[in-house]
Amino acid sequence: MAVAEAELEAIRPPVRVNWTPYLLVLPTLFFLGLFFIYPMTQAIWLGITDPQSGAFTWAHFQRMSADLYFRDAIRFTLIITALAVPLQVLLGLAVALLVNSRFRGHSAFLYLTALPIGISDLAAGLIWLSIFTERGYLNAALQGLGFIQNPLIFLTYENRDWLLTAIVLTEVWRATAIVMVILLAGLQLIPRDYVETAGVFGAGRWQTLRHVILPLLRPSLQTALIIRTILAFQLFGTVVTLAGRQIPVLAGEAYFWYSIYRSPNVASAYAVLILLFSGTITWLYLRLLRIKEEEIKA
Amino acid sequence: MAEIQFQNLWKKYGKVAAIKDLTLNIRDGEFLVLLGPSGCGKTTTLRALAGLETLDRGRILIGGRDVTSLPPGRRGIAMVFQSYAVFPHMRVYDNIVFGLRMRHVGDAEQRRRAEEVAELLQISPLLGRYPAQLSGGQRQRVAVARAIVMEPDVLLMDEPLSNLDALLRLHMRAELKRLHRELRSTTVYVTHDQTEALSLGDRIAVMKDGEIVQCASPTEIYDRPASRFVGGFIGTPPMNFLEGVLRRSNGSVAVETSGGAIPLAGVGGAAVDGSVIVGIRPEHIEVLAQPQTGSLPAEIVVAEPAGPTQLLTVQAGPQILKVTVPSDLPVQPGSQVWLRLNPARIRLMDPSTGAALAAR
Amino acid sequence: MRLRSLAIYSAALAISAWVALPLVLIAIAAFTPRDILYQWPRPFWPEKFTLDTIRFFLRSTGVWQSTLNSVFVAGLTIVLAFAIAAPAGYAVARFRFRGRDALQLAILTTKMFPATVLSIPLAVAFIRWRLYDTLLGVAIVHTALSIPFVTVIVTSVFIGISYELEEAAMTLGSSRLQAFFRVTLPMALPGLAASAIFTFVLSWNEVFASTILTLNNRTLPALIIDSVLGQGAPLHFRFAGGFFMIVPALIIIFLIRRYLLTLWGVTVR
Repeated sequence: MAVAEAELEAIRPPVRVNWTPYLLVLPTLFFLGLFFIYPMTQAIWLGITDPQSGAFTWAHFQRMSADLYFRDAIRFTLIITALAVPLQVLLGLAVALLVNSRFRGHSAFLYLTALPIGISDLAAGLIWLSIFTERGYLNAALQGLGFIQNPLIFLTYENRDWLLTAIVLTEVWRATAIVMVILLAGLQLIPRDYVETAGVFGAGRWQTLRHVILPLLRPSLQTALIIRTILAFQLFGTVVTLAGRQIPVLAGEAYFWYSIYRSPNVASAYAVLILLFSGTITWLYLRLLRIKEEEIKA
Repeated sequence: MAEIQFQNLWKKYGKVAAIKDLTLNIRDGEFLVLLGPSGCGKTTTLRALAGLETLDRGRILIGGRDVTSLPPGRRGIAMVFQSYAVFPHMRVYDNIVFGLRMRHVGDAEQRRRAEEVAELLQISPLLGRYPAQLSGGQRQRVAVARAIVMEPDVLLMDEPLSNLDALLRLHMRAELKRLHRELRSTTVYVTHDQTEALSLGDRIAVMKDGEIVQCASPTEIYDRPASRFVGGFIGTPPMNFLEGVLRRSNGSVAVETSGGAIPLAGVGGAAVDGSVIVGIRPEHIEVLAQPQTGSLPAEIVVAEPAGPTQLLTVQAGPQILKVTVPSDLPVQPGSQVWLRLNPARIRLMDPSTGAALAAR
Repeated sequence: MRLRSLAIYSAALAISAWVALPLVLIAIAAFTPRDILYQWPRPFWPEKFTLDTIRFFLRSTGVWQSTLNSVFVAGLTIVLAFAIAAPAGYAVARFRFRGRDALQLAILTTKMFPATVLSIPLAVAFIRWRLYDTLLGVAIVHTALSIPFVTVIVTSVFIGISYELEEAAMTLGSSRLQAFFRVTLPMALPGLAASAIFTFVLSWNEVFASTILTLNNRTLPALIIDSVLGQGAPLHFRFAGGFFMIVPALIIIFLIRRYLLTLWGVTVR
């Protein structure tokens, strides 16, 4: 029985010194164990333990759910996520497809649309604050165009809908860049042959998109959706900048319970809640967008 | 002196043996080709010789020195990789003198040898360039230059021509042959292309499943293959094989096939009556318009023009054979012809083992 | 055909404007004099640009110090992240060892764990370990957050460098280590540098953990959150702050743009 040359190719990097890779990997394992696994278990432990006696208790979770802001926090976090993520993905896909069509100037376009990767949620919030604030650029534009006389107040407690819109808009503006890069990388992996074949067999552009490109893009879409949804669940800087505590969100509540109310336990309860949401959503995505192995292998 | 000895080499990957009890002696200055299909172990053998693979058992000697436990840099070898492995971040000149630098050869000497070798390989104008600016063929020559500038005892080449286009490959084959004639270094060359092997090698070691099935000169391998495998592997188009039964009658020997009896030139030694395989190369079959004694009836299925010759696919009874005929021979697909096998070129083989029978 | 071209270019233009406009606006705002920022009707373009707004921001209590803190934390994060994760990335790229797949999966799953889940329990632990309110503590958490990126990037960098090159160097007389330093490392340097710089941006932008884990030694984002949540900071402070935060990040992204996209798997043509 012979070993196929191709298999030899894969085995090439010699496993000469058997324990070198383990040594190299050890620091990472140790670090991750200490600063990931430990905090995770700690978070759960903090959420269900009485700080004084150390006994098991639901008190923190109860305190969390009884809180004034709790229901709103969950509601708003979900709303923001449900609105922002699909918009990001659609816009990101559109940009990726545009770049991939390689029109003249597409490189410059790519670099420009990728810029927001370097912008934090806090900075994005401040930027759009300058637009939405009472004496901000949106009002300036509306007044300059003659639509209004006096400034409209967008970011106010009475106008929850506008607050949400501003937050979703900012988040879409900022986070589309990452989605775009992930999807573009996936698009570029699709060989031109597939698209050309579809064309030869009579598929129009939209048909090709629906039946050839999007299915082949599933892995990238899955990745982008998971990453962006998890990050949307922890949105903090943008919300706080634009809406203060008018729009409670889970991450914000965790922050307030830790810093202001000085209860790391209830804050941990919120953290655990975020963890649960993230885990569930990821599991859902993986199931719904189940990628079969055979589909990927060309 | 740079003769090489492989003594009972074994190399296993898990339960699979990539090299099985391989023993071979290579003479000083010889150009030895390791030839075989994918997975036969030829590359593993070369890499073991280079010191890039460890052996489970066995010894390798170069120039009488046991190098089995020495690292690649201390075996007196130089290697040309299939992908050339030319360092992309260094200029051609720096690539060529890399090995010399590792051995702390003086700058002046480095320059002298580099220029000499560049001249030999006709890449002198490229010395200041980066590999990215070179074509595949040029990069290949840089890889060869980098190896031979070391004046190694042994030169190893792992399918160096397989990434070149057909025309360039032809040209480089002749170049390598010329180089070997000039440098006379012991060369071990791995390839799966039997045309390359036949053209370049002083001797060819045909390998299958980790073992050497025949090691001999190109002529010997071509005319007297040691087994059905070797006969079928070497030669384009490959050797034809017919099943038949060997029979002696009235002092003459013939093989009876479903199409008729094929007379043989004579039977030496150990041929026993019984079933055999007749091996015959396409160019040793004559196509006749009329039947003759000892010819087989056949029908022409396809005729492919191939420049100076034509390649015919013929159906002789249940067997399909390939026959090479001159291009001006008038042939009609569908027509009936008779085939005459040149008795002097028939090679008989044992049907169960595939080994060639001493008969002829 | 024409129609399609028109559609593509219009879409591209619209999207470019959508991305660029807010950036232009914040830049204008940062250099607009205070009184104009609060004026109504509000002009877009101030008659005179001024450095006062930015100066006000930089001179405000704690801003300069927190900026230095952010730079320090980011620098420390790069050092730690590379020291810890780069060897692992190299091991995954070059070796076949048991647990390799499990390790890659584990590293990918850490991407899923948000800063929020880590920061709060770590804040409690850091108090015990005397790391609370230290820049080292923040750097540690930032390192944990960047390890998944660094490992994946380092792995892909080294996978892209054929092992045969090291083998070729070895046949020419170098030892394994020499081959690594003379051949592989120089080739890996651009990719490694780009990912180091990206780690800087990651740390510079991180908000939640730095807010939770520091009290007095604030990093810049933490300080600005304070100013936003507290009643203290006037609008022009916030605008200048926003601009100040994005400028280094944008410059960096622009400088390493080619490498950044290649690192994410995009081929830039």
